[in-house]
Amino acid sequence: MDVKLRVQRFDPEAADPKPYWEDFTAAIEDNGTVLDALIKIREDTDGTFSLRCSCRSSICGSCAVRINGHAGLACKTQAKDMLVDGVITIEPAGNMPVIKDLVVNFDGFWDKIMQVEPYLKPEGPEPEAEYIASNEAMLHLSDVTSCIMCGSCFSDCTVLEVDPSFLGPAALAKAYRFTADPRDGDENGVSKDRLEELNKPSGMWDCTRCMECVQACPKSVAPMDRIMAMRDQALQAGFHNTNGARHTEAFSDSVEHSGWLDELRLVPKSVGMTNITALVGYAPIAIQAITHGKMPPIIHKKLPQSKNIRKIFDKVEGPEQR
Amino acid sequence: MLEHDVLVIGAGLAGMRAAIAARAGGASTAIISKVHPVRSHSNAAQGGINAALTDRGDEWEDHAYDTVKGSDFLGDQDAIEVMCKAAGQALIDMEHFGVTFNRDDEGRLGTRAFGGQRRARTFFVGDFTGQALLHVMFEQLIKSGVRRYEEWFVSSLIIEDNKICGVMALEVRTGQIYAIRAKRVIFCTGGFGRVFEPSTNALICTGDGIALAYNAGAELMDMEMVQYHPTTLAGSGVLISEAARGEGAYLLDKDGNRFMEKYAPNMMELASRDVVSRAEQTEINAGNGVDGCVYLDCRHLGEALIMEKLSQIREIGIDLVGCDMIKEPIPIRPGMHYAMGGIRTNVDGQTNLEGVYAAGECACVSVHGGNRLGANSLLDTIVFGERSGNHAAAACRDTDYVEFDVDKAVRNEEKRIQDFLDRPQNGDRIAAVRLGMGESMNRNLAVYRNEEGMKKTLVELKELEKRYETVPIENKGKVFNTDLVFALELGFMLDIATPIAMSALDRKDSRGAQARTDYPNRDDENWMKHLVIKKGASGPELSYAPVSITQWTPEERKY
Repeated sequence: MDVKLRVQRFDPEAADPKPYWEDFTAAIEDNGTVLDALIKIREDTDGTFSLRCSCRSSICGSCAVRINGHAGLACKTQAKDMLVDGVITIEPAGNMPVIKDLVVNFDGFWDKIMQVEPYLKPEGPEPEAEYIASNEAMLHLSDVTSCIMCGSCFSDCTVLEVDPSFLGPAALAKAYRFTADPRDGDENGVSKDRLEELNKPSGMWDCTRCMECVQACPKSVAPMDRIMAMRDQALQAGFHNTNGARHTEAFSDSVEHSGWLDELRLVPKSVGMTNITALVGYAPIAIQAITHGKMPPIIHKKLPQSKNIRKIFDKVEGPEQR
Repeated sequence: MLEHDVLVIGAGLAGMRAAIAARAGGASTAIISKVHPVRSHSNAAQGGINAALTDRGDEWEDHAYDTVKGSDFLGDQDAIEVMCKAAGQALIDMEHFGVTFNRDDEGRLGTRAFGGQRRARTFFVGDFTGQALLHVMFEQLIKSGVRRYEEWFVSSLIIEDNKICGVMALEVRTGQIYAIRAKRVIFCTGGFGRVFEPSTNALICTGDGIALAYNAGAELMDMEMVQYHPTTLAGSGVLISEAARGEGAYLLDKDGNRFMEKYAPNMMELASRDVVSRAEQTEINAGNGVDGCVYLDCRHLGEALIMEKLSQIREIGIDLVGCDMIKEPIPIRPGMHYAMGGIRTNVDGQTNLEGVYAAGECACVSVHGGNRLGANSLLDTIVFGERSGNHAAAACRDTDYVEFDVDKAVRNEEKRIQDFLDRPQNGDRIAAVRLGMGESMNRNLAVYRNEEGMKKTLVELKELEKRYETVPIENKGKVFNTDLVFALELGFMLDIATPIAMSALDRKDSRGAQARTDYPNRDDENWMKHLVIKKGASGPELSYAPVSITQWTPEERKY
């Protein structure tokens, strides 16, 4: 079958280097992948076209590109499923500078991976044989360690787009792979030092839960879910002193006790009641809310059915926990 | 000047293990790879890693015997002993580094059955063991402080008076040529799968290191022994792990018969790979296949087991041929998978060239002989990677760098590359020449071989070499010029295609992966020996080397 592709190209050595679009047609098998088509272009049509690819079986992580606007592995995507008005649109992965055509610079990606000290750090003595661990714990970790560092999540992360200092989904998932490993950290498998680091600004609390990373991930990593699980780990390890942690606790306290959100007290509880500078910073928003008639009620009343909400909390967390 | 005591070329499992060992041994160490380390092809090993753990009632001798038998008695038994003895510790080291191996009910490392072995001693992470190991090895590499040259392509070696001085390398991102000086160079560049088309191998597996070493005078050994894996997917030919059969999957012909009964009544689908691939090819040739394939049937394993242990190969089936192995058998066929042969080394990775080492698939120790057992390749990379790194680090303590004219070396290499780029644009495309080579090799050096076919391929290779001299390079730029890299890789592949075919033509018996229709039997009297091939003044020169036999007398192989 003939596939039409509209490919974003970039030649840094051109007289006036800017991205431009070029249309190609590639003949591939009926169940051929987007990568098959891209390779065809490179081999049969235009040798100047550059992309990274290697394994053709979604394990090396080389060929992440944006297909019709969303990041994914070209080798894992059947071309026939991607035709929009008869064309597949291919761009380089996002949030990384383009080197040439579909080849992007991964330096920023790897810098963030390095920041989480990505290797096992057991604090206790090493056993002579293997560590004893449950199969469930290992299977859970294997879902995360199946990350192939393709950069798809990084490409489509909406926080990184506006805040390049954010650790990002891949590095945080990598970090979780250690914080959730019973072999990492103290004898109970708690990686307190790691959690303390990850608890800082640009870390786990900066994710806005947009789900893009979960959607983009070609493996079973689901980075956002790991970031959320890591927040639980941080709270359990006693790290309550962040805006994120306070926000989470204030949010759930409010819903648990009154059945709905006390928006007025959420902000001071999140940033800290005595944090005058931060509170003053919120003043313009508060004034806007008042002038637009969006001021939450000063007296926050319990909902009549709030007992039922509480029952849900009991069911999920167990009453003894609180 | 870039200089390092030990320079490792290739950053797969063997390379990273070697670099970590060399660094731990006190050598200033660097690793250079044409791709980022985690993109290396060790990723693609799916099924697991073999080790005989004594606390599980297993013995290294049993593992060694299975390996010797699997090799069709061509493996060197002294080297196999070294590997199998070291396996337990190598496995535990990887677990301590952080690999998330599947566990048994008691929380200890769990095993699965694998081909050609009488007991389950294959340790695994789902069906992506290689990827799990590779990423953990990269973590350890980061920790070790080894200097990394990522996406640097080694284009030639610098040799003065038969001594290694270093390498010339192209930084792919900038197009700059550099000389890197080293006292010891360790090749860990993987196999040459792309010499064949199709192949399970990644597009990067172009045998660069084997060709570089061969051109510099290194001996290659067992080059005729090319493994065809029994289960490669219809179409693209990507790998479907032996783990499927290890977990109990069946091989079926077009009428649903388990044909392995005829070929290996005891081990059935878990006979050694050469045996299973031949059985499949025989059935396909007899018209019992469908579109050149037979079927791998996993349905009876159940959804739960498939999702826990075979989930990634299930996805590959769905993504590439639209077939869900939970619901239907998937079409597979034998496909080129692994090079048992390579750069001849001793058990410390040393080659016949002073200062040059090799480990992993590019090397031939020979622990795999005529046929490698599944899950012995990961073990090979780790054990011999580490040994090479240790030896190289110790060896460079009392040696100095060999002097050479750096500027001249860089100028010469720049000119060579520029000449490439300046070629006229009227020759055949790179891909056309590569495809010609790959298809010829796969036609005549596959599961079954004969003299006529192999001679034909040798003639075709000569023509292809001519056509290669005029392949044009369209991309004239410096930055990320993959066109140039492919042209250099194709040159390397052609350099070793002829030694492969010549070795296979010379061996006049059938043994392990080499099955000749004109010499169908194993002939121990005349051919219980290794074929060694070396570049001579007027072309490849063949010689023979004895097989090391320590405790297992060659016998007829039955599964």
